[in-house]
Amino acid sequence: MQALSAQLLVGLINGSFYALLSLGLAVIFGMLNIINFAHGAVYMMGAFCAYFLLNVFGIGYWPALIVAPILVGIFGMVMERTMLKWLTGLDQLYGLLLTFGLALIIQGVFQNYFGSSGLPYAIPDELQGGINLGFMFLPIYRAWVIVCSLVVCIATWYLIERTRLGAYLRAATENPTLVRAFGINVPRMITLTYGLGVGLAALAGVLSAPINQVRPLMGADLIIVVFAVVVIGGMGSIMGSIITGFALGIVEGLTKYFYPEASNTVVFVLMVLVLLVKPTGLTGRAT
Amino acid sequence: MRSGLAALLVGTALTFGMTVGATAQDKLDKNVKIGVLTDLSGLYADLAGEGSVVAAQMAVDDSGLKAKGWTIEVISGDHQNKPDVGTGIARRWIDTDKVDIIADVPNSGVALAVNNLVKEKNRILLDSGAGSSELTNTQCTPNTIHFTYDTYMLAHSTGSAMVKAGGDSWFFITADYAFGHALENDTAAVVKAAGGKVLGSVRVPLNTADFSSYLLQAQASKAKVIGLANAGGDTTNSIKQAAEFGIVKGGQKLAGLLMFLSDVHSLGLKVAQGLNLSETFYWDMNDGTRAFSKRFSERLKTHAMPTMVHAGVYAGLLHYFKALEALGGNPHDGAKVVAKMKEIPTDDPLFGKGTIRIDGRAIHPAYLFEVKTPAESKGEWDLYKLIGTTPGDEAFRPLSESKCPLVKH
Repeated sequence: MQALSAQLLVGLINGSFYALLSLGLAVIFGMLNIINFAHGAVYMMGAFCAYFLLNVFGIGYWPALIVAPILVGIFGMVMERTMLKWLTGLDQLYGLLLTFGLALIIQGVFQNYFGSSGLPYAIPDELQGGINLGFMFLPIYRAWVIVCSLVVCIATWYLIERTRLGAYLRAATENPTLVRAFGINVPRMITLTYGLGVGLAALAGVLSAPINQVRPLMGADLIIVVFAVVVIGGMGSIMGSIITGFALGIVEGLTKYFYPEASNTVVFVLMVLVLLVKPTGLTGRAT
Repeated sequence: MRSGLAALLVGTALTFGMTVGATAQDKLDKNVKIGVLTDLSGLYADLAGEGSVVAAQMAVDDSGLKAKGWTIEVISGDHQNKPDVGTGIARRWIDTDKVDIIADVPNSGVALAVNNLVKEKNRILLDSGAGSSELTNTQCTPNTIHFTYDTYMLAHSTGSAMVKAGGDSWFFITADYAFGHALENDTAAVVKAAGGKVLGSVRVPLNTADFSSYLLQAQASKAKVIGLANAGGDTTNSIKQAAEFGIVKGGQKLAGLLMFLSDVHSLGLKVAQGLNLSETFYWDMNDGTRAFSKRFSERLKTHAMPTMVHAGVYAGLLHYFKALEALGGNPHDGAKVVAKMKEIPTDDPLFGKGTIRIDGRAIHPAYLFEVKTPAESKGEWDLYKLIGTTPGDEAFRPLSESKCPLVKH
């Protein structure tokens, strides 16, 4: 029983990464209709950015949590302005292929310069150590990751579903011409939204740097699972991807306990089952 | 009549010329082509990769054969850790590019596939990067030499040292594929033979990012030693996360059964300190290793110090050149050259004096290292301290236990 509670908690922690990453993907897909395969690459860039901020400029973990997502977000906006913009109105497949190619290039460049085995990034002193919960030793850093990602997820959801800005955004995706007629700069909103999605991935990268090695392929290893999360949650649904992210983390944690060999595939088995019963995903709407 | 005579003359001249040419070629063929087949883009690119190509080129330069009229060319290829890609490249090298020797080949899956190919084509596999001890056991061939290390050595060196130091109960975190299973089984056998016991193990899919669930299981087992039967990124992530969960501070020891200098460097001492691991080469052992390593890192783009895999490529090829020189030429009969390599004792500044056994196993000492603490380290690459040495004849599988068909019992 003790071990089981420990696994549940560990699953929840992984789930918070899935949630953060799939949230960015859902925002980009829901608002821009782009299947952003570069999401894993920008997640990796977030982690590398934190590493450089620390080792080149002496900027520590806490400022990096803000600075890295902004820098990578700006990179994302440049990418949107120079490349993705031209795909508006075309089939989603073009966006998928373009972002997939970009991901390969970005990862290749990082691998060429920094090798494959990765760079170290230490847990900040304030978050060192852990608490003995009785059933497990909970590293303080992991507890922080859960809290941080929950706050960010809820804030993003609130921004898009409950504020005026979010309402404009949603309207702009439904009918850009009409929204433009109200005097709203739709292309700029789209660029900012892409920047926000990319920034969320970079934030997840910074959060993960102290736990995993900062490696060029860290995003490539994760991106497929995150896509499965988004598909299960319903493509483009913000709340769906948050809830599914956390839930899948827990399911995966339990699999690691009961049958570890299947832990890498359980997510895809679930995806098949969900799609068989509800092809639009758990909370997705038919379009 | 006249034209008939002319034709006869021309014919005789041609035949004569060809015979002369062929004899000259028999005596003077001193053209060698080396193919470094390695992982240039994946998870083993730091421990082998570009560094292995540099090491091979250094061996060519240091052999002195070029000054004696030999032409030696080094080419390289990326097997992407896929046996089909690896054998594809090797086959093309042998058939069209006339490659004589294939060096390095990290990743046991690829190495075992190339192992069959070189035997079929009578070329040479000089393996440094792959770990599977099968290369010189059931799968041994007259064309293969396994130079640097193998799973048997790792299990014995690290396993028995840790049991002797009081670590008599073990739990394994094992990569769920052939290499991981072999390493776990070999080590478990050593632990049991030394009087220890194995409390359990967990099989983890390859390329897992998060090891916390498995580490918690290992922690709950109360085993004194947690054996990591995995490699590369899997090992570094498990060590990093073990530190986070306070496993070493809680009194359990971690044994990285296969770790390279590049892994420890990328982890950083803060996390890796106190780890025990086995290698057959460390750059800071003596003047000879230091001199080589300095030259090596100057030539490498990333300026990293050499791993034991790089050292093995260099030393193995140096020995190969000695055999070629002793034979005087005609490097294209693989089995003949390998037989010569087994005949001459090995001796180089990196691994010291040794031999190559009948099964193709290169014999040299194995070292047990402990990773230094940040306070003990004096520089970026000052990472290990030596805590034990196993002589060559004890470090590797004895011939009496060998299942290699070349060994007559």
